[in-house]
Amino acid sequence: MSELDAQIPTAFDPFAEANAEDSGAGTKEYVHIRIQQRNGRKSLTTVQGLKKEFSYNKILKDLKKEFCCNGTVVQDPELGQVIQLQGDQRKNVSTFLVQAGIVKKEHIKIHGF
Amino acid sequence: MADETLDDKKEEVPEIASFDPTKKKKKKKVAIIDPADDPVDNLAEKTENLSVSDGFETSFAGLKKKKKKPVETSNFTDEGGDAAEDLDDHSGEDEGEGDALAPHYPWEGSDRDYLYEELIGRVFDILRENNPDLAGDRRRTVIRPPQVLREGTKKTVFVNFMDLCKTMHRQPDHVMAFLLAELGTSGSLDGQQRLVVKGRFAPKNFEGILRRYINEYVICIGCKCSETILTKENRLFFLRCEKCGCERSVAPIKAGFVARVGRRNAGA
Repeated sequence: MSELDAQIPTAFDPFAEANAEDSGAGTKEYVHIRIQQRNGRKSLTTVQGLKKEFSYNKILKDLKKEFCCNGTVVQDPELGQVIQLQGDQRKNVSTFLVQAGIVKKEHIKIHGF
Repeated sequence: MADETLDDKKEEVPEIASFDPTKKKKKKKVAIIDPADDPVDNLAEKTENLSVSDGFETSFAGLKKKKKKPVETSNFTDEGGDAAEDLDDHSGEDEGEGDALAPHYPWEGSDRDYLYEELIGRVFDILRENNPDLAGDRRRTVIRPPQVLREGTKKTVFVNFMDLCKTMHRQPDHVMAFLLAELGTSGSLDGQQRLVVKGRFAPKNFEGILRRYINEYVICIGCKCSETILTKENRLFFLRCEKCGCERSVAPIKAGFVARVGRRNAGA
């Protein structure tokens, strides 16, 4: 009988932690950073998956100033807004986003060579 | 008097006939000189402090489990409480036997229960000694390096593509989809089953991407073996290991955003 008593839950929500984490993170949406080649040794960095609440223009402006490159925000019909930067800025973008606190490191996925 | 100060400090042992310097808390090894009533009193106090496991083990001690103890009664009392310190001294007395056991387990100095991690470590050590390949947690070391050639100025040819797919036991379509998604370019399989990719890439780039593919889609996370099968069940991809039988779901390959590179159509 004492076993039964011990196992009756006492207002303890075992999913409390998991829910808190999820809601904070935005349900496991990753930020994908990709790279594409252009002619010669020029390349293009693409950032996709940032949350919609952010002002992409402000982020873009900061990125451009920080890395001394050009960039733009492209509207994709399915994927939403995508940031495009000139050059191979994958690592730079990754550190920038983490430092600015926009994304957590676990949610960034870097693709490409 | 020395007796009374000692009594004040150590309430565990209220009756001490004579001030025996070795009778301080940590050194109880000289039990043979004890007066007759001490063992009984010590035992009475120590049984109060005993945990269940210790009590269980004291019952074995009388059976001379560890042959290094000369006197039975004193062994009994000494093992009752403060087991670690007592047995350290005892093992200090009989050091010959202690050194004879080559692997010094962390629990040998005392009578405490084994910890789960210690037991697991012990099992794996023994397994590794006797049967190294069974306990092998090594990743597959034989992955052939990818051979890439340049075709023209704007294309790269991956020669070993089909061989690699067969070695990994994977569908070429799946691997190709992953490669093209990661590289962000287009490509196709030509007549000789080689992968032609648009762009200029070095073998090192391919290796990195292949390594990522293997870690994600080939290697089983449980046993790290590369003998796995990829199946599609109910619109989900599952990775099933042959050796340990563990099955997990893997994400489908999504292409991602591909920016407009190259010439736009002239005019409109």
